[in-house]
Amino acid sequence: MTADAFLDIRNLKIGVSVREPGKPARDITIVESVSTTLAKGKVLGLIGESGAGKSTIGLSSLAYGRGGVEITGGEVFVNGRDILTLNRQGLNQLRGREVCYVSQSAAAGFNPAHRLIDQVIEATLEHGLATKAEAEARAVDLFKALSLPDPENIGSRYPHQVSGGQLQRVMTAMALCPQPDLIVFDEPTTALDVTTQIDVLAAIKNAIRLTGVAALYITHDLAVVAQVADEIMVLRNGKKVEHGSTQQIIEAPQEDYTKALVSVRSITHAAQDQTETPLISMQNIVAGYGKGPKVLHDVSVDIFAGQTLAVVGESGSGKSTLARVLTGLLPASSGQITFEGRTLTPVQANRPVDDLRDIQMIYQMADTAMNPRQTVATIIGRPLEFYFGVKGKERDKQVAALLEKIELPADTAKRYPAELSGGQKQRVCIARALAANPKVIICDEVTSALDPLVADGILKLLLDLQARENVAYLFITHDIATVRAIADSIAVMHLGKLARYGSKSDVLAPPFDDYTDLLLSSVPEMKIGWLEGVTAARKMEGAGN
Amino acid sequence: MSLALKLIAQRISLGILMLFAVSILIFVGTQILPGDVAQSILGQSATPESLANLRAELGLNEPAITRYFAWLAGIATGDLGTALTSGQSVSEAIGLRLGNTLFLATVAAVMSVPTAILLGLIAVRFKNRWPDKMISGATLACISLPEFFIGYLLILVFGVKLGWFPTVATVYEGMPFGDRLQAVVLPAVTLTLVVLAHMMRMTRAAILNVMQSAYIETAELKGLAAFKIIWKHALPNAVSPVVNVVMLNLAYLIVGVVVVEVIFVYPGMGQYLVDHVAKRDVPVVQACGLVFAAIYIGLNLVADIVSVLSNPRLRHPK
Amino acid sequence: MDIKSIPVSAWLGIIATSIFVLAAVFAPLIAPYGMSEIVGDVWEPMSSEHLLGTDNLGRDLLTRMIYGARTTLTIAALATLVSFTLGSFLGMFAAVIGGWSDQLLSRSVDLLMSIPTLIFALVVLSVLPANIVTLIFVMGILDATRVFRLSRAVAVDVNVMDFVEAAKLRGEGRIWIITREILPNALSTLVAELGLRFIFAVLFLSALSFLGLGIQPPEADWGGMVKENKDGIIFGIPAALIPAGAIAVLAISINLIADWILNRTTDLKGGRGDS
Repeated sequence: MTADAFLDIRNLKIGVSVREPGKPARDITIVESVSTTLAKGKVLGLIGESGAGKSTIGLSSLAYGRGGVEITGGEVFVNGRDILTLNRQGLNQLRGREVCYVSQSAAAGFNPAHRLIDQVIEATLEHGLATKAEAEARAVDLFKALSLPDPENIGSRYPHQVSGGQLQRVMTAMALCPQPDLIVFDEPTTALDVTTQIDVLAAIKNAIRLTGVAALYITHDLAVVAQVADEIMVLRNGKKVEHGSTQQIIEAPQEDYTKALVSVRSITHAAQDQTETPLISMQNIVAGYGKGPKVLHDVSVDIFAGQTLAVVGESGSGKSTLARVLTGLLPASSGQITFEGRTLTPVQANRPVDDLRDIQMIYQMADTAMNPRQTVATIIGRPLEFYFGVKGKERDKQVAALLEKIELPADTAKRYPAELSGGQKQRVCIARALAANPKVIICDEVTSALDPLVADGILKLLLDLQARENVAYLFITHDIATVRAIADSIAVMHLGKLARYGSKSDVLAPPFDDYTDLLLSSVPEMKIGWLEGVTAARKMEGAGN
Repeated sequence: MSLALKLIAQRISLGILMLFAVSILIFVGTQILPGDVAQSILGQSATPESLANLRAELGLNEPAITRYFAWLAGIATGDLGTALTSGQSVSEAIGLRLGNTLFLATVAAVMSVPTAILLGLIAVRFKNRWPDKMISGATLACISLPEFFIGYLLILVFGVKLGWFPTVATVYEGMPFGDRLQAVVLPAVTLTLVVLAHMMRMTRAAILNVMQSAYIETAELKGLAAFKIIWKHALPNAVSPVVNVVMLNLAYLIVGVVVVEVIFVYPGMGQYLVDHVAKRDVPVVQACGLVFAAIYIGLNLVADIVSVLSNPRLRHPK
Repeated sequence: MDIKSIPVSAWLGIIATSIFVLAAVFAPLIAPYGMSEIVGDVWEPMSSEHLLGTDNLGRDLLTRMIYGARTTLTIAALATLVSFTLGSFLGMFAAVIGGWSDQLLSRSVDLLMSIPTLIFALVVLSVLPANIVTLIFVMGILDATRVFRLSRAVAVDVNVMDFVEAAKLRGEGRIWIITREILPNALSTLVAELGLRFIFAVLFLSALSFLGLGIQPPEADWGGMVKENKDGIIFGIPAALIPAGAIAVLAISINLIADWILNRTTDLKGGRGDS
């Protein structure tokens, strides 16, 4: 233990007892012999895919296990004492005083029944660290440091009265208020849109710098952690892969896994030129849900055979609604869709079967997109049977051929969805869409629920299939990196309107419109100092105007 | 606040509408179904003339709509009609008995609500440990016990063998409060046991649901004491679901009253209703049905209003 | 299914329920006396001749209990059958069709449920002819409201899942969607509910018979037997508690089985994800 290390995790082992209904409970190790130290005022980034154990390690510095999680071995020293041996009273002295926590979802983390200010200063008062007036003044200062609007009064609001990005900053203020030695940030920006994320990230970084607090910053996004951390520890399946300075991890990774993480989105795809006539043309689409306000305003896009139209935008931009209009589940209130030169019936239920077959869909959550009570053979085989009347042995043969196309072993056919991994599930969904032999597949955020390496595999597969089967994609995503990787043409959507639309090279080249500029410049890049560069550039622009 | 007020006004008008619909349903249920009231009263051996006379006397020859509005107009002026069997005013009889029933139900509610909430809290505090398992096991058994099993067991043990309480719950006008209370102890305990299990289980589930929220974890990671977490963070959010549970079970208690009153020969609404169902005395049955339904709808309305009032999103709109 | 994985509590429930069912099925074979046969004095205590004693008319109580099991279980089962077929069919129908037919059905059910079930049954029974068919249908239809709510709620939950949307997009008909996509995912919840509805039917029937409005004498049923023997209680004769206790034991047993079925039901979203 180095002299100035106040957090010292030694050989940490964490297990969880999994109790599946109808089966005896079994113990699984989720973190194995992880050790690390953290000096005062430093930021350590914990990075890894889901199941890497990063949140669990982060919470162990508060001696807290979520759900059935239990710390089964090792020691965690905070300010020289092993906190794993503390009783409840000792823990209450530690939590909210020496170590504080910022969770992924501030919306759920705040009590809906109390005003923000009361929750922000609660820990400070509980531990007797300041009087109420002092604590409130401190909170207002923190709101200012975190660039919250109206810092004097925002505290008197209730959680549901402020936006998600603001709430995440208020939660950071709540963690900073008792002036702890350490804050655990658990994916604090993951749930936010990319243009909001950059502001929250800058605010967190600024607050860390001002207060000199140490931090564990947990995320799955290496480009994000590169902006705030001094050191990075890469985790996989509960084990340490590599630990080094941020610069070393980003610029000279040693382990293959780290290298793969750094080089993610290495896929390139040369955009094809648009052909004469589009396969599908959506013209002047206006649509909305029920009697509410319209979600899409006069949107016109074309999809070309064998090409990918990427629709990119943040939550609420109307990109998924556009897909629903194409499927016919939400008929447009005006505008029309032309498919191979003829008008497509707006309502799905009235479309001829061949039109249904030609437009297939893949969903974001492969988990809920497959009936848990059907085997993979039924899931993939049903479209074959339904559209082509293929049955029995012939169906099994074609299912096997489709499984080969999506690079899964033939015996997958007998399995149920619950027995597959996330990536395998998404592949089965792709096979189900392919089974219909469609002309276009709508891909709705198909990679955003997956870990980066798995997502990369899915994107490669989609591109391969497109080259072989000449299928077009309407690819809906919020992720610019994905768009760069696979698009032929791009539609940027903002508040239900097209902000920018054209071929990939046109859309991604300056001069930009304001929104596209904001969007593109907000995507974190995997280089140190990117955040400062962008915020400085934006300040200059702001001053210039 | 205006949004909450609007919602409450909406709920109240919906409740009134519901009551109106229920009055139609009860009327239709007793008038248009294939049974013939006159035949039922006079029996199979009645002569056609006497049947015709009785039908005319009961107004059964008028169209159903006319009879319904006559009935409704009567209710509006507090006149619930005349009992066919005794010729007495139904309003008067119900007035006396409703008081008795509400007294019994109130005593049972006073006993059961705090006990159920306390047991629910204990079960949550010791979740999955022996006190929780014991309470859960006992309540699972309790849920399955019919009212008359509990009732007669209590009579046998505390009334007959020990002689602590009367075996028949007789009350009369002008009875001193203390005596009255002693008379209803056994029926009230029976009712309590009947609803306690449900109320406790649902309270436990409602509080556990709140305790699993992310903001409880936040509070725990602030180092707050367990009591403070429950008091400051869980309780304000648990009020609405718990009030819902209580109201639902009080409504259930009102139904339980029917059987319990018969067990203890208690002169309340339930006993009155059952007697007159057997005698096929339609005006009494209609009136009792309507009163019970009104209480039931009223309790559900209170639960609705409380959940509107305790929702911070509605109290403090954006 | 692995027999060893069945917990002790569920075993107790299964054994007790089986005993009642067997008694009901083979009633004439195992009953020591005739159902309405007067074989002794009024309210004789338990003896080797009359294992449970005799009732208010001097009939053998054990015999009456066995025949009572037959009546009670049969009628409760038939009422449950009515409520379940009606409720689950209409519930799923409402969930899948949606629109005004859903509104109409749901609001009607709201209305029926705004009157306490027992009260409404009493109101209706005051004018309907007193026979077993009426009884079964009144019980079944009133209880169908609860099954309707549950199956509609479950079906609505499943209906909004992406795999159902995928089937709709494929062009599948309603029959396929209800029977192949929704039903398999709603089944275990409904089966557990079946047990609870059956208990409710037993308790409901017993309550009606106890109030003198259910099964009419001389037929034996448990609720009616409580009524017949209740006057003995004040003389310290526990005969009424025997049928009442039987109802309780049956209800607890089925509760234990339903609890086990509910617990082994895997939910659709799979386990809780946590990184």
